[in-house]
Amino acid sequence: MDFFHQLIQQLINGVSLGSIYALIALGYTMIYGIIKLINFAHGDIYMVGAYIGFFSITFWNMPVLPALLISMVVTGCLGMAVEKLAYKPLRHAPRISILITAIGVSFFLEYTMMYFVTPTPRTFPSMISFAYNIGGFVVNGQQIFIFTITLLLMAILTYIVQKTKLGKAMRATSFDTETAQLMGINSDKIISLTFCIGSVLAAAAGVLVGIYYNTIDPLMGIMPGLKAFVAAVLGGIGILPGAVAGGIILGVIEALVAGFISSTFRDAAAFAILILVLLIKPSGLFGKSTNEKV
Amino acid sequence: MFFGKKKFKLAAVLAGGLLACSMFAGCGEQSGGGASGGNADEIVIGSNFELTGNHAQYGSNAAKGLKLAVKEINDAGGIDGKKIKIVEADSKSEAAESVNAATKLISDDKVVAIVGPAVTANVIAESQVATDNKITVVAPAATNPDVTVEGGNVKPFIFRACFIDPQQGDTMAQFAAKDLNAKTAVLYIDSSSDYSKSLGKVFKETFEKEGGQVVMEEAFIAKDQDFKAALTKIKTANADVIFVPAYYEEVGKIVKQARELGITAVMLGADGWDDVKVAEIAGKDALNNTFFCTHYFAGDEDAQAFINAYKAEYNEDPNVFAALGYDAGKMLIEAIKTAGNDPEKIREAVENIKDLKVGTGVITMNKETHNPIKGIVVIENKDGEYSLRTKIAPEG
Repeated sequence: MDFFHQLIQQLINGVSLGSIYALIALGYTMIYGIIKLINFAHGDIYMVGAYIGFFSITFWNMPVLPALLISMVVTGCLGMAVEKLAYKPLRHAPRISILITAIGVSFFLEYTMMYFVTPTPRTFPSMISFAYNIGGFVVNGQQIFIFTITLLLMAILTYIVQKTKLGKAMRATSFDTETAQLMGINSDKIISLTFCIGSVLAAAAGVLVGIYYNTIDPLMGIMPGLKAFVAAVLGGIGILPGAVAGGIILGVIEALVAGFISSTFRDAAAFAILILVLLIKPSGLFGKSTNEKV
Repeated sequence: MFFGKKKFKLAAVLAGGLLACSMFAGCGEQSGGGASGGNADEIVIGSNFELTGNHAQYGSNAAKGLKLAVKEINDAGGIDGKKIKIVEADSKSEAAESVNAATKLISDDKVVAIVGPAVTANVIAESQVATDNKITVVAPAATNPDVTVEGGNVKPFIFRACFIDPQQGDTMAQFAAKDLNAKTAVLYIDSSSDYSKSLGKVFKETFEKEGGQVVMEEAFIAKDQDFKAALTKIKTANADVIFVPAYYEEVGKIVKQARELGITAVMLGADGWDDVKVAEIAGKDALNNTFFCTHYFAGDEDAQAFINAYKAEYNEDPNVFAALGYDAGKMLIEAIKTAGNDPEKIREAVENIKDLKVGTGVITMNKETHNPIKGIVVIENKDGEYSLRTKIAPEG
């Protein structure tokens, strides 16, 4: 019974941790899907989003939802600016140049923020804090909130990508940028919009994580960024439901490894999964292997 | 395209030009001010701290403490009419950068001694450069034993202003076993930090010697956000105390999440807990029933002069790194008072410090180990306030 009890609690822990990975992984996957760029700066966009949310809540005394919206809007613009200034000039450069630029953007954001907000961690005021204790299992209001928002955003995004005209243009650009342009799609605009959406998601994740763990600091994006990358690859990079499934699976595995094997192996397990997926099914759990026609 | 190709090239050339200019400017400065420790009416000391990077919050506070100590002596007229000038360098929270910063301070700025960095690894990294150039280092807060000792021999030029890790682990284990009558303990350790690991090791040895039992050992990594998985497991151990030797950011989250999961056991820590952020992150109620050892107690009479001066200067309460940075500065200033600007004599003078009043109390340097002999306090968190639980007087 004790084992069973712990198992359930670990599953709850895992799913809530996993929904955070999933939320960040959604943005990763969107951006990868469209220009095949692993946007290493994504974790730092998430950090900037968290800070904007923090300042809205503490300095302008806003409630959570307006703060969340403001953070999403500002960070969305930041995402577009980053794309325009850093990635667009390199559209036709080799893949490696743009990847290195992404790492540069990541450092740039981290240390610019550190200059302005100082490296001291900031404490979010606790907002939606109520813990349920159901038959000895502890579930927290924020965990439910984050899980719901993740699923909701995934549904909205899937709808946009699969059912709308914008989504069709995105898929066309992703499939073949030049042909899409010949068909009258303004792919620069589509790519820019994709960065905007990706960054908006990152901002949402940043604010929610800030509220959940109640601290933020300028280097908070590094590790979650990496884990979200693993989650995106696990689910099949470029595939939206894959990112969410990958995130949740990763979170649950981490919780189970920490709970039943040893917490020292937790991160090792996460990255071992990345290696295994790359070896066995490089296209990820939800990915279809496509033959590239030459 | 945002940048036309030509414009882009132009920008690149401009950037290159600027870089070259700044390099030349740097050279000019160094030959001008370099002669021997600045001009005749000032003594130049180096401040090598983590101003950016992962440990910036420790380094920048320690640097502020040092600046206050120097400002006080300069306002009082300096030493024999000479002002002390600080040259600041950034170790960027990396061992290699710490060596670069120390090298620059010694060879370009001709400092007579260095204070910092804050973190053990960065002090150990710079100690070779300092020793080769016969420049004294006073490390404010590096608590690892290896900072001042190498292969059983004391490093002649390296000193510190704080107690060492084994003393902290030992104090908390004694406290758990004797004061709290704890029989079982869980260790929850930051496996990415030598500080945390060495405290855990000593705690376990002492606690078991005192008849207690360490029933579970778990680990996390600095910068982790979610500790619930390991804490859920720790809860099943049902131990009397949980020892978490870690830094305040993680400590705050661990205490908060542990209490959320219904863990009511006493939680213990060390000087990494000594920051107001712990209470901000964890919340006052969660922190009840926790104890930690640290360098000084802010309510202590001896510390008031420093605390008031710091508040007046920076308009905020000092944290423990600021206090130790101040102490290290005081030690060095005391040494310069007797030794002037001769680096070799400064070393001797630091080694001979005896009954010196610093910000956090009174210290005497141990010549064999280069560790100061000073007391240690155990603090209890009570409704968001620190209260002094026990004060352990210095040995010997």
